[in-house]
Amino acid sequence: MNKKQKKMLVRIVIAFVLFAILFICEHTGLWEGIEHTWILFVIYLIPYLVIGYDIIFKAARNISHGQVFDENFLMMIATFGAFGVREYSEAVAVMLFYQVGELFQSYAVGKSRQSISDMMDICPEYANIEVDGKLTRVDPDEVEIGSIIVIKPGERIPLDGVVVEGESLIDTAALTGESVPRKASLGDEIISGCVNGSGTLKVQVSKEFDDSTVAKILELVENASSKKARVENFVTKFAKYYTPIVTISAVALALLPPLILGGGFGEWIQRACIFLVISCPCALVISVPLGFFGGIGASSKLGILVKGSNYLEAVAEMTTIVFDKTGTLTKGEFKVQEILPEGCDKEELLEIAALGEGYSNHPIAGSIREAYGKTINMNRVGQAEEIAGEGLRVPVDGKEVLLGNEKLMKSSGIAYKPCESLGTIVYGACERKYMGAIVISDSIKDGAKEAIQSMKQVGVKKCVMLTGDRQQAAAAVAGELGIDEVHAQLLPGDKVSKVEALLGAQEGKEKLAFVGDGINDAPVLTRADIGIAMGSMGSDAAIEAADVVLMDDDIGKIAAVVKIARKTLRIVKQNIVFALAVKALVLLLGALGLANMWEAVFADVGVSVIAIMNAMRALKITK
Amino acid sequence: MKKKFKLEDLDCANCAAKMEEAIKKIDGVNDANVSFLAQKMTIDAQDGKFDEIMKEVVKVCAKVEPDCKILV
Repeated sequence: MNKKQKKMLVRIVIAFVLFAILFICEHTGLWEGIEHTWILFVIYLIPYLVIGYDIIFKAARNISHGQVFDENFLMMIATFGAFGVREYSEAVAVMLFYQVGELFQSYAVGKSRQSISDMMDICPEYANIEVDGKLTRVDPDEVEIGSIIVIKPGERIPLDGVVVEGESLIDTAALTGESVPRKASLGDEIISGCVNGSGTLKVQVSKEFDDSTVAKILELVENASSKKARVENFVTKFAKYYTPIVTISAVALALLPPLILGGGFGEWIQRACIFLVISCPCALVISVPLGFFGGIGASSKLGILVKGSNYLEAVAEMTTIVFDKTGTLTKGEFKVQEILPEGCDKEELLEIAALGEGYSNHPIAGSIREAYGKTINMNRVGQAEEIAGEGLRVPVDGKEVLLGNEKLMKSSGIAYKPCESLGTIVYGACERKYMGAIVISDSIKDGAKEAIQSMKQVGVKKCVMLTGDRQQAAAAVAGELGIDEVHAQLLPGDKVSKVEALLGAQEGKEKLAFVGDGINDAPVLTRADIGIAMGSMGSDAAIEAADVVLMDDDIGKIAAVVKIARKTLRIVKQNIVFALAVKALVLLLGALGLANMWEAVFADVGVSVIAIMNAMRALKITK
Repeated sequence: MKKKFKLEDLDCANCAAKMEEAIKKIDGVNDANVSFLAQKMTIDAQDGKFDEIMKEVVKVCAKVEPDCKILV
């Protein structure tokens, strides 16, 4: 509890004791002898002012500022009304109950805010810099690029950088939700926000604090609440009309029936007061954003950044997921999968291919060299001649070597054996004699199949894969993973139009997500209802273009975020229905003269507190 | 230009919504966001007039919710 809340508690206790004394006096018949009601009025005014002076003060001040329909004003009118009809004890009790509710509400909100910010507690407080052999603590903001910082065991890594000395295990759980620590040694990049394990590390800073991963994530999460979900906008709009309507109804209720039906005003004013107490939409206005905030908080605990409540809402309605193949479903690393020699042995074919591709910087050439694994003596290789769209002609050891695709073999008139394997195929020939083929392909990510399955389990209807690869290779991958629809041989620009076509086929509220690694697919990420990017830890383009970022590139977590989103939406809807139902019921009973002030106060602050506690459930992660 | 400010004693969510609305109406303000949960306010306003606009923001907020302080 903060100072303000403690002060309030003291006031509540004093007012409660005074009220209890008066209550006993009233019920033991002590008041019977008093003839003048104004004496009672004065007596009850004491606890009333103790508990409610600030409300009256604020109400008066706000009216002078032109803010009429606020809670303070309404409470003032309601309790004044009770005084007016000589329900003195009720006036005090309502004010007391209201303040207790407010205190509880402010405490609950404070607590939930605290637990959410604890969850986001990834902000480093200092960095250690070595000056003249001594360690000094400085603000991470002041450290320049290129400086060497020292991270002691157990400390939070303050800035992104590269390890220049030492070895340690790093706990990345706060950023990625991954519980297995990552090893960091000389030359490894490490990211701010993670916690250093048991070793001391010396790190050369590569980014300023403002550009560091941790600063970016914090900014994202803080801004997330500014992108409002439809439900939130509905609540805001509703609140705008609700209060004036209820207040005007209250006035009508106080004036019209007595004027039309005749009789005293007292009874009707009391009923109108009930209306006024219920007229604040606080339960909705607080609990709905709090629920979304909790959902976003729970996602980030799992290493999934959701950039706004609107995206969380969209994720809950997601029925189609479109995947980019390379880097998302597959590792994006091309590897030699098969070597099929013809009239020579594997080593020979690979050696010649590695030599021939020695100068090329094509990724395929790189993977062939990697598979060869030995140092390449480039003195054996002559000037390579590139044949566009076909391959290479290159002298190796003075012999003419051809390396390339089927077209090259055909155009050079080589008697080759067509290879049926999936992937990219490099055919080789030496001195016009066919030597065989090397198959290079990408491998499917571990857990990709399970990820797709889990998405289907949570209700994703259609999984689509887009790729620039050949139809055959694409279909094979899709078959293995259980993908429903494949579009292959796409140029980068085609991806946008394919996604647009799929978007057009969506019905009603159904939402489409695109999952990509952030390389070359920023336009598609933006175009889809929900752009999900592989964070690959620090890839700025991806983090910026996407709406949801998977910090550890694990698509298996998509199902988890769907679950969180659905739960959050469910909680939010429960709160809306619950708050509105209770309010409507008490309004109705109040108008009929069946509800009293106590029920009205419950419908106001009581409902708020319950809704806040319900909203806090969104923060809990259920697996 | 976008700037963030911390808020103190922002006690009610409805007031935060009212403050946000009032700030958005100020001339020169492109966008404003008052987060009750983060107790923070983000204001996106014209560069040249930012200080002037901020004065107006403080005034408007004092009107809507006098208890809330903007830590400039």
